[in-house]
Amino acid sequence: MSRTARLALFAGSGLVLAALLVWGLTGLPAFGDFQGEYGWILNDVAGSERHVTNVVSAIVFDYRGFDTLGEEFILFAAVMAVALLLREARDERERPRDEVRSEAVRAVGLSLVGPTVVLGLFVIAHGYLTPGGGFQGGIPTAAGLLLIYAAGRYRAYRAASPQWLLDAAEGVGVAAIVAVGIAALLAGGLFLENVVDLGTKGTLASSGTIAILNTATGLAVTAAVVLLCHEFIEEVMYPE
Amino acid sequence: MSFLPYALAAWLFFVGLYGIVTSRHFVHLVICLGVTQSSTYVLLLAIGYRTGKKAPIFTSGVPVKVGAVDPVVQALTLTDIVVGVTVAALLLALVIEIWKRAGTVDPDELRRNRT
Repeated sequence: MSRTARLALFAGSGLVLAALLVWGLTGLPAFGDFQGEYGWILNDVAGSERHVTNVVSAIVFDYRGFDTLGEEFILFAAVMAVALLLREARDERERPRDEVRSEAVRAVGLSLVGPTVVLGLFVIAHGYLTPGGGFQGGIPTAAGLLLIYAAGRYRAYRAASPQWLLDAAEGVGVAAIVAVGIAALLAGGLFLENVVDLGTKGTLASSGTIAILNTATGLAVTAAVVLLCHEFIEEVMYPE
Repeated sequence: MSFLPYALAAWLFFVGLYGIVTSRHFVHLVICLGVTQSSTYVLLLAIGYRTGKKAPIFTSGVPVKVGAVDPVVQALTLTDIVVGVTVAALLLALVIEIWKRAGTVDPDELRRNRT
């Protein structure tokens, strides 16, 4: 199909889609006036039912925990697929020497590795108390590790994140969620039901299984991001 | 009452879609898909917004009585973002494979080479 034909087709179908979209949007509640009962109720009961202060985390890891399990599988499958696609077509060659030569970049970049990883772990650890959680904190944690490559050298980055450790962390992170679900079944509850002692609201020792699932997610997301970056960096380092 | 957030979502959706249709580079296409998808984040968050309400995080010091915006759409947006990232990663891996096998990252040129 030529470009003009494609554009004409897009213009035609786009207009129909736009009309549908406008029709749908006009049926939505006015901005700032949403009256969904589910959200109202959860805001009211999550604090006393699950001893959490972050209701979004309570939804992600408890009320809709089963959906998050599916989401974790999507993440896991995507990482595996990227590794399969890229690793297969790559032949082993000696790694070229690469090192950041600017002393200033090295000094600033490498001194930020620690604080960035700590920030990521902080965001993960407080996921059920303050804004954050396993998904959000996994990204800065992985970014901290990637700084070793960006500001230092590739070998040091690979040494700090060995393949076996990442593979294990990714697998354990996802498997832990299934394990918590099955443990709840064995304890006489429903799959992924919050059967652990809920602790004191507002402290790190609170929220029962939400804390466990949150940490497992943080581990899985960190490993997933670093694994993905491994694969793409290797592609750049071995150009065809 | 304002329609601006909904209009923004619709605009992002069509800008991204236009980019996908007219793309001359697969990496550009993947980024356009990201733009299209970000319209769903705007739409979800706009739907759940309640004027004057706080974020649904009740740490000590924030009065519960004030009330909060809808937490469900925020959880959905989080899921949406994670899926968006994984889709982008997978598509970019496919782009690398296309470049290796066909030697081009232009959708039109790929089609010409095929026929």
